[in-house]
Amino acid sequence: MTEVFASLMGGFATAAQPVNLFVAFVGVLVGTIIGMLPGIGPINGIAILIPITFALGLEPTAMLILFAGIYYGSQYGNSISTILLNVPGTASSVATALDGYEMAKQGRGGPALAISAIASFVGGTLSVIGLMLFAPLLARWAISFGPAEYFVLMIFTFTTLSALTGRHFVKGLVSTALGLGVAMVGLDVTNVARFTFGQMRLFDGFDFVVVTIGLFAVSEVLVLVEGTRRGEAALLKMGRVMITAKEFTSSIWVMVRSSILGFAVGVLPGAGATIASFMAYTVEQRLVDRHSTFGTGDHRGVAAPEAANNAAVSGALIPLLTLGIPGSGTTAVILGALLALNLSPGPLFLTRNPDLFWSLVASMYIGNVMLLVLNLPLVGVFVRILLVPRWVLVPTVVVIAYVAVYSATSSSFDLLAMTAFGVIGYFMRKMHFPLAPVILAVVLGPLMEINFRRALSLSDGDYGIFASSPLVLGLWALVVVSLLLPLVFRRRRPAVAEAPERPEA
Amino acid sequence: MHRTLRILTALAVMIGFGVGVAQFEPRNVECIAPADPGGGWDFTCRQMAPVLVELGLVPGSIRTQNMPGGGGGVAFAYVVSNETGNDNLLVAASTATTSRIAAGEFAGFSADDVRWVAALGADYGVVAVAPDSPFETLEDLMDAWRTDPRSVSVVGGSAVGGWDHLKVLLLADEADVNVQDVRYTTFTAGGSAIIEIVAGRADVFTGDVSEALPQVEAGNLRILVVLADERQGGLLADVPTAVELGYDVVGPNWRGFYMPAGISDEAYEFWVETFREMAASPEWETLREQNGIADFRRFGSDMEAFAEQQVLDIQELLTEIGAR
Repeated sequence: MTEVFASLMGGFATAAQPVNLFVAFVGVLVGTIIGMLPGIGPINGIAILIPITFALGLEPTAMLILFAGIYYGSQYGNSISTILLNVPGTASSVATALDGYEMAKQGRGGPALAISAIASFVGGTLSVIGLMLFAPLLARWAISFGPAEYFVLMIFTFTTLSALTGRHFVKGLVSTALGLGVAMVGLDVTNVARFTFGQMRLFDGFDFVVVTIGLFAVSEVLVLVEGTRRGEAALLKMGRVMITAKEFTSSIWVMVRSSILGFAVGVLPGAGATIASFMAYTVEQRLVDRHSTFGTGDHRGVAAPEAANNAAVSGALIPLLTLGIPGSGTTAVILGALLALNLSPGPLFLTRNPDLFWSLVASMYIGNVMLLVLNLPLVGVFVRILLVPRWVLVPTVVVIAYVAVYSATSSSFDLLAMTAFGVIGYFMRKMHFPLAPVILAVVLGPLMEINFRRALSLSDGDYGIFASSPLVLGLWALVVVSLLLPLVFRRRRPAVAEAPERPEA
Repeated sequence: MHRTLRILTALAVMIGFGVGVAQFEPRNVECIAPADPGGGWDFTCRQMAPVLVELGLVPGSIRTQNMPGGGGGVAFAYVVSNETGNDNLLVAASTATTSRIAAGEFAGFSADDVRWVAALGADYGVVAVAPDSPFETLEDLMDAWRTDPRSVSVVGGSAVGGWDHLKVLLLADEADVNVQDVRYTTFTAGGSAIIEIVAGRADVFTGDVSEALPQVEAGNLRILVVLADERQGGLLADVPTAVELGYDVVGPNWRGFYMPAGISDEAYEFWVETFREMAASPEWETLREQNGIADFRRFGSDMEAFAEQQVLDIQELLTEIGAR
């Protein structure tokens, strides 16, 4: 233990060098901006920055600090556009929109942003502690997850659906089916083309940025156009900026639990922040939502996914640093950068580059503190965005998204697809179909299918693999509990029936 | 310094092709990476191509454009249909490109629809197992295949019919196994496939040297065979090649470039010579070694012949497994 402490202090000494502090600051700032602009995302941001950092001749430590900062910052920046504009930039902040945007509509945009910043801080900090203490141990946990385990984990995540659909459960199922249909488009693992109509553009399926921006942002513009014609108010109220002590104390345990969950899920390669955020949201809804306020602007519904998706970021670094296996798209890019620096992350990374590891850990602490210090005072500034009429704001964001998507893919096809999803999203809103399940299905559907097929391929067709380990049986038990729990609670609380109608996400 | 180099290049080109040949001057060179930022092709454009600028062989800078879709097919179709004759356009390519052409995944386009310019390096294939695996040598694995092909479970980071899959089939084919019986499970990346080996859920890993080496150092993997044409150095000094063991299988995942059809001969020769010069430079050697890429060079007509032969070989194999 003292050894860990001494190493960490050494790490702090490195990370606290002016250059590294500056780099951490720049990273967090750039990340926040990248995260705010939908369609860019940390993967593209980091990939494009890699050659620039090489040109600048940054030290490997500084470079890692920079990328970790961008990664963190972008998670937070994302929540700003999600809460204030209902435009989630990535799939991992879709769950935040459920309550965050409702809060903004009620004039509580400031508290929503503040709680999101605090939750991100808690999630980030707790997971860094986890990274520091348990990295080698958790690597083993990550390995024990095979395709069969992932498949059951996906089923478990799908049981969270009812939390996202509220009272329109059947409509939620229709939305899920639509999402699964969208996810089906493209080449499958055996190179069979599905629903591509011979169009090579469709071979890779739809990028979820295209689906998310289309469904949320473009449809928002269409709704606004309609509202403006009818002379509806295009402004949201601003209200107070800070959270109350009561809001804070009531969500502290939500944050802690969601951080632990997010970290544990983030460690699993391929699962990542999206699943973590949806799972945290549902788990908290089951645990603390006594009056069915989740989905109507409950601050705890913002705290849970935000703590979880930030915690998942550090979690995702564990398989990268201990095994050399990236746990998410962004860490894959970081892996590329490390390789280019002649540092091979992998099983020997910790023993060979202890200084680098500990300064990364220390810089993540610092990055988290910076994120909080930078963003909490800025909540007042960000929330002023709401003073801009929405018919100026949302179209501007959409234009940025179109430019970002086009510059990443050079394809006008994606822009047309995004527009088409916008039209679909518009009609879904009009008819009160929830949008979040579509995204959940688009992200999870392919993962679930591919792991199902992998498991059967590994077992040479034997379905017994889905009951072959204690872990997989434990996950099945979770699925059963998760399905039965709401039934039990419903019987104990007849008050649920009087809950207010939940507006669509 | 740069000027000297440029003059030297000009001289080399003139000596090579005789004074009087119209001089080609590259301008506003672009490099298409047919994938999202972050992958191998993106590396080819963003890190390999700039060496040309660093060496002063190409003026200005080389702009990278990402054009993902269809495993490179979208970019291939775009280059064939819209960029004919563009002397200043490079497109990143690798064995993934040729194997997808072979599989007929590029909307019916073939290898002669573009000009293959150069391959500058390669990542050789490996077949590896867990350190405590019962397969001590390649021969043990081949024997297991001969006895019961379905008893061996293989994992790799490419799709069914992709390069990692094909490499292992080439080997199994040498053991006279019906390749349709070889069990292969696909993962999205080599790393995820290695997890299955480490956890003991699969027997054999097929991938590239660069993916396997760090895991060998850490004691997670043991390489049975390297699919290179000659013995590699370093950690691989004790690992035999398939050729040494009497199996004629070489599996290089090369990295290089193609250009649009219809470019001028001067331009083609210029690029071939430029890449030849880059391949010989210490700058490239450093970058290559940093990224675990082995020396592998093919230029101009050699490259054209190599790419076409690779497509034919893979087509034959795919027909055999019934994937085509």
